[in-house]
Amino acid sequence: MQYLVSVIDDNVGLATPDEMAAINAFNDRLKVEGHWVFAGGLAAPSSATVIDNRGEEAIFTDGPFLESKEYLAGFWIVEVAILDVALKLAAEGSKHCNRKVEVRPFL
Amino acid sequence: MSVVDVREVITQAHHDEWARVVASLARRFGDLDVAEEAAAEAFATAVERWPADGVPPNPGGWLTTTANRKAIDRIRRENKRDDKQKEAQSMYDDPPEPLDAIDDERLRLIFTCCHPALAMEARVALTLRMFGGLTVPEIARAFLVPETAMGQRITRAKAKIKAARIPYRVPSVQDLPGRISGVLAVLYLIFNEGYLATGHDTDPVRHDLTAEAIRLTRLIRALMPDDGEVAGLLALMLLTEARRTARISVSGELVTLDEQDREAWDAALIAEGQRLVRERLAVGVAPGRYQILAAINAVHTSARHMRDTDWSQVVALYDQLVRLDPSPIVALNRAVAVAELDGPEVALVAVDRLEDKLADYHAYHATRADLLRRLGRSQQSRAAYAKAIGLAGNTAETAYLTRRRDQLG
Repeated sequence: MQYLVSVIDDNVGLATPDEMAAINAFNDRLKVEGHWVFAGGLAAPSSATVIDNRGEEAIFTDGPFLESKEYLAGFWIVEVAILDVALKLAAEGSKHCNRKVEVRPFL
Repeated sequence: MSVVDVREVITQAHHDEWARVVASLARRFGDLDVAEEAAAEAFATAVERWPADGVPPNPGGWLTTTANRKAIDRIRRENKRDDKQKEAQSMYDDPPEPLDAIDDERLRLIFTCCHPALAMEARVALTLRMFGGLTVPEIARAFLVPETAMGQRITRAKAKIKAARIPYRVPSVQDLPGRISGVLAVLYLIFNEGYLATGHDTDPVRHDLTAEAIRLTRLIRALMPDDGEVAGLLALMLLTEARRTARISVSGELVTLDEQDREAWDAALIAEGQRLVRERLAVGVAPGRYQILAAINAVHTSARHMRDTDWSQVVALYDQLVRLDPSPIVALNRAVAVAELDGPEVALVAVDRLEDKLADYHAYHATRADLLRRLGRSQQSRAAYAKAIGLAGNTAETAYLTRRRDQLG
């Protein structure tokens, strides 16, 4: 089963070198243990562009689709046998990247 | 067998078999909804048939078979036959778990109901419904929540179990201690809600909830007889429940330990609780939180009179507890024992240190009020009683605090 582990940030700022080193070490472990699917960090919400092409022509809007204090700063996708393992990995991920995380199953 | 006898047999079967029936169905069909409804239908069928047909020789077996049939009927009706059977098959095909895993389906059920990914109130509701077999209206009444809201809470919890794929299994051995303490926290919360019911319109003691918590903890203990904290929590509940009738006066007022009629304590519950505490002491493994709390209550219930209480033992046990759990509430309870051992003045110094953390907690003010009263500082005591009364949520406690305040000279 695959779960999305979203990293939630509330103070604009990229990961510090120490945090980055911890995240890399954690990523390596995910690969060794066979949990790795994908992961990545995201640029600040202000860099986002929203596109709506449901109408006649595509509308491009500057900025995130949702203005909020907390935003998605990055994510992991992990492959695990049961939710409990995903929760445990997420708890470790939160420690390593020094941010809150959220776990959600893929359909 | 008379109709009344049959009804008693059904009530007993409900207590003994509900969790087993739900658990085995949940395992077979991989769906708590199906398990819950089929179990409820099976019991309803028993109520219908047993008075006329007689009680079957093996009520548990009859209920499981009937519930299985109901579940299959239901799945057919819903026309989801293929999916569900595939799902059921996949649950059967789970690789066998290591032998050291405790194998009882009811344990899978309780660990699922108390999974950390669920909100605490959802865990409580699910545990009472799925494991305890209480109906939604019963649980709603117990927690003073409208029936529809409680129904939604349970439905949402079941939906989350399905969508997030909360596993239906006993946690791995390394996770077990943490997960057991999660289960015990749910049971203790149910017990405490019964023992010191909050809400201005409820009975001060809800025997239905304390009894249910004890029954479920007994069941967990039967499933995990070697776990010290499970035994500790059961002992703690028994030794607390033993004092239940002495704890509320005829006029509905809280009676504190020093004023309780100890003759009214339940000797059988005390004997059972103390036996459990002695058993745990004999094992010689460092006790956890519930075992220490049980030991403290064992000391209290060993004293024929308040003045016979071995307070140095009580304080020593609290010292042990503080090392495990340095929370201000433990420190407050320790101070109450210190007042008996070293006097109210020493205790008050300790209590006053907790002000920052406990300013909104009624027991902090009630404890201060009592210590100030004993020190003859009536005016300050009166103010502390007033704060405690303002914060207390239990009707018997409010009545007690009000009388104490009014008795001040």
